[in-house]
Amino acid sequence: MTAKIQTVDKPDVALSVRGLTVKLPKGMERAHAVENISFDLHRGQILCVIGESGSGKSVTANTIMGILPKAIDITGGSIQLEGREIVGMGPEALRSLRGRVVSMIFQDPLSALNPLMTVGAQIDEAMQAHGVGTSTSRRERGIELLTEVGLPDPELMYHQYPFRLSGGQRQRVMIAMALALEPTILIADEPTTALDVTTQAQILELIREIQRRKGMSVLFITHDFGVVAEIADEVVVMEKGHVVEQGSASAVLTEPTHPYTQRLIAAVPHLTGVDRVALQTENTDPILKVEGLVKTYHSGSRIFGTHRVVPAVRNVSLELAPGQTLGVVGESGSGKSSLGRLLVKLMDADGGKILFDGTDIAPLHEAKFRPLRQKVQMIFQDPFASLNPRMTIGRILTVGPVAHGMAVAKARDEARALLDHVGLDSRAFDRYPHEFSGGQRQRIGIARALMFKPKLLIADEAVSALDVSIQAQILQLLDRIQRETGVSMIFITHDLRVASQICDRIAVMQKGQVVEQGPPSQIFLDPQSAYTRELVAAIPGEQPASSGPVAVDF
Amino acid sequence: MPAFLLKRFMQSIVLLVIVSIIGFVVLNLIPGGPLAQYALDPGMTEADKARLAEQLGLNRPILVQYFDWAWRLLQGDWGTSFRDGNSVLSVIGRHVLATFLLMGSSTAIAIGIGTWIGIRGATHRYSIFDYAATVGAMVALSIPTFWFGLIGIYVFALRLGWLPAGNMYTIGDGSVLDYLHHLIMPSVVLALVHIAIWSRYMRTATLDAISQEFVKTARAKGVTERRVLMKHVVGCALLPMITLAGVQLPSLLTGALVTETVFTWPGMGRLFLDSLGYSDYPVVMGLLMFSAILTIVGNLIADIAVALIDPRIRLA
Repeated sequence: MTAKIQTVDKPDVALSVRGLTVKLPKGMERAHAVENISFDLHRGQILCVIGESGSGKSVTANTIMGILPKAIDITGGSIQLEGREIVGMGPEALRSLRGRVVSMIFQDPLSALNPLMTVGAQIDEAMQAHGVGTSTSRRERGIELLTEVGLPDPELMYHQYPFRLSGGQRQRVMIAMALALEPTILIADEPTTALDVTTQAQILELIREIQRRKGMSVLFITHDFGVVAEIADEVVVMEKGHVVEQGSASAVLTEPTHPYTQRLIAAVPHLTGVDRVALQTENTDPILKVEGLVKTYHSGSRIFGTHRVVPAVRNVSLELAPGQTLGVVGESGSGKSSLGRLLVKLMDADGGKILFDGTDIAPLHEAKFRPLRQKVQMIFQDPFASLNPRMTIGRILTVGPVAHGMAVAKARDEARALLDHVGLDSRAFDRYPHEFSGGQRQRIGIARALMFKPKLLIADEAVSALDVSIQAQILQLLDRIQRETGVSMIFITHDLRVASQICDRIAVMQKGQVVEQGPPSQIFLDPQSAYTRELVAAIPGEQPASSGPVAVDF
Repeated sequence: MPAFLLKRFMQSIVLLVIVSIIGFVVLNLIPGGPLAQYALDPGMTEADKARLAEQLGLNRPILVQYFDWAWRLLQGDWGTSFRDGNSVLSVIGRHVLATFLLMGSSTAIAIGIGTWIGIRGATHRYSIFDYAATVGAMVALSIPTFWFGLIGIYVFALRLGWLPAGNMYTIGDGSVLDYLHHLIMPSVVLALVHIAIWSRYMRTATLDAISQEFVKTARAKGVTERRVLMKHVVGCALLPMITLAGVQLPSLLTGALVTETVFTWPGMGRLFLDSLGYSDYPVVMGLLMFSAILTIVGNLIADIAVALIDPRIRLA
């Protein structure tokens, strides 16, 4: 507490952070979660704190809320909440501020709600905790709040359990709960990251609308510049625990001064309506042709009448030319991942054809398909879960080809060459997955898939778990590999901006069906189906720009 | 729910049939069979034994004996004790209360203390208390129940004279206090190992619950620490414990068998050992089936309880 603290006494500042330093426990990758950060949240404004994972943005939010884990200490600085200094405040005094003066909503609205309590009981608890109202008045207020956040049938909703609600509805419940005692400050920690793009647009709209109506001050934490462009008045950019730049949203977005901000903004995938320059190949026969593919999930029991049928993939037909990338985009539950699993035969289709290089693989049994399996490889979403933590990178890369009959020495040589090729040091060969970052692991995942010299790569949300700057690098890597090897790719993603970067053609899926197919120029500039139009309109902070695909021109 | 119950009922029938077949076959594999003990009586001739076997139906093929037994069981006739000619059900009935008393009190002790230790261990992780609880649980788990029983008798009955060494009541007294006095040592000894198991599971479940997002939400609402712990953390952590209680039932029965023997407690455990000693097969089979039914019903109750508490689970 040696740092000199300047007390801010401006009436238009709802929250003022000065020289805040929060120490991490020993043995972490750095000494401080945040170091000497300062910013002001002005009354009635939305301040976005943006940064990549590990930037300290969530720690900042938790510090202001006074809900840091015990192992993490504030070692210096000041936080003034509505003129009150809260650093060094006792736990009971802090508790009485939480929910009353400052509220918080979180990233994942499912895990943020207690599964064993009804929506109503949880809203009630927020008021009861501060001794507000009687049980009747709290109930009335609860239903009023549910109405206010635009939930249908609030009376019924009040008695529902969270698991019955959709993601967007759950986040609305969280917002209703946060508003219960009319706090002046709302902290939103990545509140739309776990939501589909159309739902995200609605929730952003709701937050902005409530903020304006109530004159609330909102501290909005995000990693997405699209979201910043959509709602921010002011922006604070954080990197590795430091504030590197702050200013008005328009200034930071259009004329970033700090190199980190510039890099971050440059890395943001922008929606492009310009088609990618397709790779020219000698053979133009489609590598993959899908005709009328059908998959239906069954659950429950026929005998006891609890049978449920969920059509996951309904009559899907696609075509993919050699050396091209087909994007499959859709929201959660659209059937895009089921389609991916069908194509690599991780499960069997109920009907339709999958013509791979002219052969219908749909009816093939595992034993017959096995030799072909090498030619169709997958890149998975979560680079942390998809690599066996107990195998060295070398073993992860070679175990597959060796099982398919490649000589061990040859496999090792190729693995080393491929590691180099995907931008990793070939010394990575003898190391274990936990020694690598998320982006490096995804490179390993790509090298693993390439070991088989596949003709078709299926990337299922392959960049969704990565920070934007890493995302851009991985997209460039995939693009380079495609141009060098002529491999065809199916790129499954929920992010239309990413799809627009790397795809030659895009198929939009909704409820198991392909509602529209075409080149990016058509999908983004001239969408034919109403659903595609809705999706494109919901993308935060974007109007289709005329800039070319980032992944190509580097 | 009705569909679930019907399915579980049918599964239970299959399970009981398997248990009964295994029990029947194993008993008949014991050398000498049910008549072995009569061979020790010098006044018993071969002709007497043959007559006895004829009388008890033991000279029939084992398959016939099994189906005869099973058929009677279905009609509610669990057979007759070889030892005293009473019906098996009435013999079990005389002992069942003593066992339930012992199991009930030791379960209450185990859940009460185990849950408390588990929660405290989780909220004060890596504290001296936590380490002591971990070591204590290891000790309780690695030392056999009968040893604890014997040590308990030596210390509290023989040395200190605070507690009776065995039996359920003092002949001629039989007041509630007298029963309780006798109950203390066996139920605590039987509870020891279960306290260890409960506290370990509860610690893990509590740690899982503490790191849940909704606990953070509750704090962010300004809910008091006490209510966060009791309502959100413990409420959520207790769910898997209900299932554990169902699963632990058989081991409680096994533990009761040992404890009852050490403390000459007149329950089902001692009845089981005595009946084995006398080759009283109808009673042994009866006890086997009774324990199996008890276990199945216990687990069924646990599953239904979980479904009632957790709205996400629909029994099907």
